[in-house]
Amino acid sequence: MTFLLPHLPLGSIEGAIEFIFSEQPSNVTGGNLVGGFDQTVELALNQLEVTLFALALSLLVALPLGLYLGHRGVGGFLAIGLGNAGRAIPELALIAFIAAWIGVGTLNLTIALAVLGVPPILTNAFIGIRQVDRAPVEAARGIGMSELGVLLRVEVPLAIPTIMAGVRLATIAIVATATIAPLAGVLTLGDYIINENVYGEDGVVAGAIVVALMALALELLLALLQRRLTSKGLRTVPA
Amino acid sequence: MRTSTTRLFAIAAALAIVLSLGVSACGSSDDSTSDETDAEGGGGGDAIVSNPDNGKVKLTIGSKNFPEQEILGEIYAQALAAAGYSTKTDLNLGSETVALKTLKAGQISGYPEYASTALTSFFGKEPEEVPADAQEAYEEAKAEFEKEGLTAFPPTPFASANAVGTLKKTADELGLKTISDLEGQSEDLTLYGSPECRQRIDCLAGLEKLYGLKFKSFTPVDIGLRYTVLEKGQADLSILFTTDPQLAAESDKFVILEDDKEVFPAGNILFVTTDKVANEAGPDYESTIVQVQEGLTLEVMQELDARVELEKQSAKEVAGEYLEESGYTG
Repeated sequence: MTFLLPHLPLGSIEGAIEFIFSEQPSNVTGGNLVGGFDQTVELALNQLEVTLFALALSLLVALPLGLYLGHRGVGGFLAIGLGNAGRAIPELALIAFIAAWIGVGTLNLTIALAVLGVPPILTNAFIGIRQVDRAPVEAARGIGMSELGVLLRVEVPLAIPTIMAGVRLATIAIVATATIAPLAGVLTLGDYIINENVYGEDGVVAGAIVVALMALALELLLALLQRRLTSKGLRTVPA
Repeated sequence: MRTSTTRLFAIAAALAIVLSLGVSACGSSDDSTSDETDAEGGGGGDAIVSNPDNGKVKLTIGSKNFPEQEILGEIYAQALAAAGYSTKTDLNLGSETVALKTLKAGQISGYPEYASTALTSFFGKEPEEVPADAQEAYEEAKAEFEKEGLTAFPPTPFASANAVGTLKKTADELGLKTISDLEGQSEDLTLYGSPECRQRIDCLAGLEKLYGLKFKSFTPVDIGLRYTVLEKGQADLSILFTTDPQLAAESDKFVILEDDKEVFPAGNILFVTTDKVANEAGPDYESTIVQVQEGLTLEVMQELDARVELEKQSAKEVAGEYLEESGYTG
């Protein structure tokens, strides 16, 4: 699509902002107005919802598995291989594949998008735990901490920056890709982006702007969360 | 353990999809062909004669990104190659707005567009203002294109339109023959269609405004899933195309409801090009295109669509077969 970029007039950013806040006429709707603030907020909330579902599912699947494998020091091939394979799955093909089983809708999308979130979370959780200095781990075992205690109270706190980096990557990938949701039964901001013939260039750019803002906002929230999760003693130490 | 087995399965399955996509993608990659033509035709049409003068003209044939358009793009490109032009294809242009923009920017030489889409989407006509007569719609679109420095060649025999489709079972149960029959029942029925359908006057917006129908819900889906959602029982009604091969091949399973208020205008294909390219390319350009589309009746188009959508052949292959079977190429 790079060949199209020279034709995207940057001047339409103004038009896009207008599109976000007030309804605009369209060529193909028979007089109905499109876009506007209410519509944009609704689409954004749908996108947020499906993003959170997918993120929750990928955390549920990938985080325990990654932590466990990292703690035991086994399955590196699985954690990294699965992670890399997962990145190569084409999302639309996956949606069509799942549609043949359970149809389209929020469940389909949650699964399809979670497949995007699993690889970075799994790989980073595994690597994060593996990279923890062995000395404090041995010391913890030495004072009689249980294996679960070692994992949760020593390894995880020390690995937080790497683990959270995976979660942040997953979140950005999911929220950005949730723009294709209108192809699978859920109206997200992708509706503006996919249907240029309905919403015009202003709509496309408007959709892109709001998605970008959402991604930035989520990234910021997660950065704050990461700071909260990092134990006080480590905050000043470079990770 | 359950999760990882399922995931392994899902990944294996997804890999299979990737591989099959890769294989079919190979068949539709861009290429240049300039075959020598055989004077002997196998089917009804006259063989295309290669004119060496055309060799210096470079043409890039575009199309929108769904099977019928890709087949048409390939047919035109391969026919023009047979006429001696050096041709390339660019068959993934998305919606009509993108295709038109690409054409105006000179990145493609021409692409096939439905006359009805051109009139409603480009030239602001209401669906009910689109002439039902193919020749009339062509004249009107041609005049509008001329104002923008574009040339539209004469229409194909077949026309395509959106249609409200359902399972035959559902139609029989609810006594549905026409779209008007949905009155009083549509509130309990779910409608699925492409994302753009929701706002378009020649789609959901028209059903609501011109038929006065309200549906239980409208769910946007990828065009490729329009039959899947009916088969899965998710959709009571789904927006289909009148040229869909499924309608001919499985007429005991799927039916379309008659558009008794003509909200979905039918469109014949017009090959649209720029005046500049039309002048440079000479008379063989239009004559070749008009010649090879003569065989494109509704039945033939449905059959070609079936080979791509149901039998998973590549558009390139199917176009080649069509040209050969009709006797246009050797």
